[in-house]
Amino acid sequence: MIQMKELRKDFSVRVKAGRLRRVKRTVSAVDGVSLDIGTGEMVGYIGPNGAGKSTTLKMLTGVLSPSGGEVSVCGLAPVPQRTRLALSIGVVFGQRSQLWWDLPLAESFRLLRHIYRVPAADHAARLRRCRELLDLDAFLDTPVRQLSLGQRMRGELTAALLHGPRVLFLDEPTIGLDVVSKQAVRSFLGELGRSGDVTLVLTTHDLADIERLCRRLVVIDHGRVVHDGTIEQLHSRYGSRRRLIADLDAPLPDGFEVPGATVAAVEADRHRVTFVLDDVPAGAVVASLVNAAPIRDLSLVEPDIEDVVARLYTASVSGAP
Amino acid sequence: MGDLRAYAALLGGQFRSVTSYRASFVVELFSSAGATALDVVTVVVLFGAAVEVGGFTLAEALMMTGIAASGFVLGDLAVGSVERIKLYVRTGMLDAVLVRPLGVLPQLVLMDFPLRKALRLVFGTSVIGVAIALNDVDWTPARVLLMVVAPIAAGVYFGAIFVISATLSFWWVESGEIGNGFTYGGRDFTSYPITVYSGWFRGLFAYGLGFGFVAYQPGLALLGRPDPLGLPGWAGYSSPLVALLAAGIAAVVWRVGVRHYRSTGS
Amino acid sequence: MDGIGASVLVVSPNRPSRASVTTFRALVWSGFRRYATYRQATVAGMFTNIVFGFLRCYVLLAVAGGAAGGMAAGYDPTQLATYVWVGQGLLNVVGIWGWTDLSDRIRTGDIAADLLRPVPPVTAYLAADLGRATHGMLARFIPPVIVGLIFFPLAVPARWQTVPLFALSVILAVIGSFACRFLVNATAYWLQDARGPIMLWTLGSGVLTGLYFPLRLFPDWAVAVLWLGTPLPGLLQTPLDVAAERDSPALQAGLVALQAVWAVIMLALARLVQHRAERKLVLQGG
Repeated sequence: MIQMKELRKDFSVRVKAGRLRRVKRTVSAVDGVSLDIGTGEMVGYIGPNGAGKSTTLKMLTGVLSPSGGEVSVCGLAPVPQRTRLALSIGVVFGQRSQLWWDLPLAESFRLLRHIYRVPAADHAARLRRCRELLDLDAFLDTPVRQLSLGQRMRGELTAALLHGPRVLFLDEPTIGLDVVSKQAVRSFLGELGRSGDVTLVLTTHDLADIERLCRRLVVIDHGRVVHDGTIEQLHSRYGSRRRLIADLDAPLPDGFEVPGATVAAVEADRHRVTFVLDDVPAGAVVASLVNAAPIRDLSLVEPDIEDVVARLYTASVSGAP
Repeated sequence: MGDLRAYAALLGGQFRSVTSYRASFVVELFSSAGATALDVVTVVVLFGAAVEVGGFTLAEALMMTGIAASGFVLGDLAVGSVERIKLYVRTGMLDAVLVRPLGVLPQLVLMDFPLRKALRLVFGTSVIGVAIALNDVDWTPARVLLMVVAPIAAGVYFGAIFVISATLSFWWVESGEIGNGFTYGGRDFTSYPITVYSGWFRGLFAYGLGFGFVAYQPGLALLGRPDPLGLPGWAGYSSPLVALLAAGIAAVVWRVGVRHYRSTGS
Repeated sequence: MDGIGASVLVVSPNRPSRASVTTFRALVWSGFRRYATYRQATVAGMFTNIVFGFLRCYVLLAVAGGAAGGMAAGYDPTQLATYVWVGQGLLNVVGIWGWTDLSDRIRTGDIAADLLRPVPPVTAYLAADLGRATHGMLARFIPPVIVGLIFFPLAVPARWQTVPLFALSVILAVIGSFACRFLVNATAYWLQDARGPIMLWTLGSGVLTGLYFPLRLFPDWAVAVLWLGTPLPGLLQTPLDVAAERDSPALQAGLVALQAVWAVIMLALARLVQHRAERKLVLQGG
């Protein structure tokens, strides 16, 4: 559905050199990205600020022309075939509205039907589905300028889907939303993804979006792909491990060890111990711990994707993979 | 056909948007007509202080003022809102326009279509009417045709100037008012016989940029006066050609501008 | 855009006069700084300003050329050229157009923050506007005048008192213009948005302040009504007539005195309106 081969985007920027002189320098925002995204995939596209996420998205939607490489979306070249492509894709820019500011939401939807030339019956059916899933009825007749951010985003999602796009691009769809709206947007996108007809590419800063929605995760930094795979692969590749925290009724004996686990911290007068499970099931650690000291409480902490990604960003800055 | 309906829908959306603030819309409708009226009042007041200005009487000059005013209003009404492209580039809204299945320029124009300026058209054309009544025009079929075509050609020409000026902001987002020097400045320039200007300034605006063929030359042809500056009589009938040339240049500049935006982003 | 300075204003209770002078100066400086940051916009505006200078100057000179005796409304050609080019320079000092700070803040409700400050809003906005005008004087006044000098014969002041009188007249014009704009913007306290009044102001002020052409081109009775009955000629026409030395020294001084009277009246009116608006805000909660 989406192919990118060695896709590049260079910008020339003027850098101050001395008091009046400015030197032109070329900066690669996207520096050779190759990806192949199949029909019905849900891909999370993440990276730190300025990594090239939005630039990639703009090249995929026909807003920006690439400096090099190849790109095709739905079998079309985005920039030369922009208007044809526009009929097959939906785009939600978290901070830019597709809706008519002064008109009721319903009116915007009606206008979009004409702009995308959607048959009335299809339009009505899609709108009905969105109204149910996104709870639009309460504010369908409210002018967009009076909507809350969460309501507006639900409107934007609907607007992007009314022409039945085969690919949906979402640029920061949950930015600035409250918890309830975030949940609503996520479960709607989850539902959409499960149907399998829509390919979904999502950039975000909120990794919870990715954990909830995307099987595949692409991490980009300095214009290059630094990870492409599942979240589990990310964990195993970057050594994220589960941790076991135990509260004890008696102090942990000196020199206590379990093969395959590392003691990461001993706190509270040796009454609390944290193990990092390198290569051993939690049960084995508990079994040997019971022999050493009576256990009052246990908790098992799953690896945190935010930590992994943060480590990934710093690693790629320092040059190591 | 499908495209036309889509554009009509965009225009309808704009119409409903502006009329949702009814009181403001009415005030803007009338004050914008007032602005055109004041331009003409200015011409009348200035001619009141002299017998002739630049070798022309008020009645003769009104022929040019009328063509200029009608043409400017037509151009402004049709594509004047393209000025807002600065805002679209700065806020990134242009991206949202680019992902729709319609042309970029028609979308921009229709999304902000300045309906409030509609009344100006009535005023501009009535100045031409007054000028015809005041001057003793020797009507020939060619002059009748020119009477109809000249304001439209002026509209096309001003439209082209609007587009070219606005395109500047693809390269220079903070270009601010520079475009106004050519759009509104051009309107002021064409409101008077170009004999009032002189030197390189007249050369640049009248012949370099072509403003001399918008209202002055067709005005002379309608009045049947030879050009004191020496251009032959047929120059008055060349205004549609100059307008088409300007439109062609505008189309090229616009395309280059959009391509530039595509290669640099906001 | 923050209308007035971001600096925290402290008014010392012990030495109120000294403190308010410091405060005022800080506010003026903030206004100056704010406009000094828009450097590209300044250059762009200047270009347009100069184009319109050429247009207006040529037209007025042609009017004089076609009039009996080569004079239009009592101005000779060098006086007309001076009138136009000094006018193009002053346009952005006096700043009759484009100021919507107050109405914007009223519409968004940010005005409440202004009321919490220890400086009366009219004073605070006036100070910021004087800063804006100072920036205009340094950055926007000189270039059009120089262009005018290069391409047209301008009148050089012949009387010693013209320069100080012009300086005084410009200050009064800025104050008068500020008060008028404040009042136009303040309609937003009562109307939902001030777009209509601002449009009418933009429309009327261009002609009636003498920007498009000298007001003396109107019939005498209209000139008298405008001068005595409105503050508008005081915004541009009076300082420009001083610069062009259109009238006798005594009449010039009289016109500047009239300008001062109008500036004071308009400023007092602005304070009164603001006071009423504040009472309305307090009573009705906005």
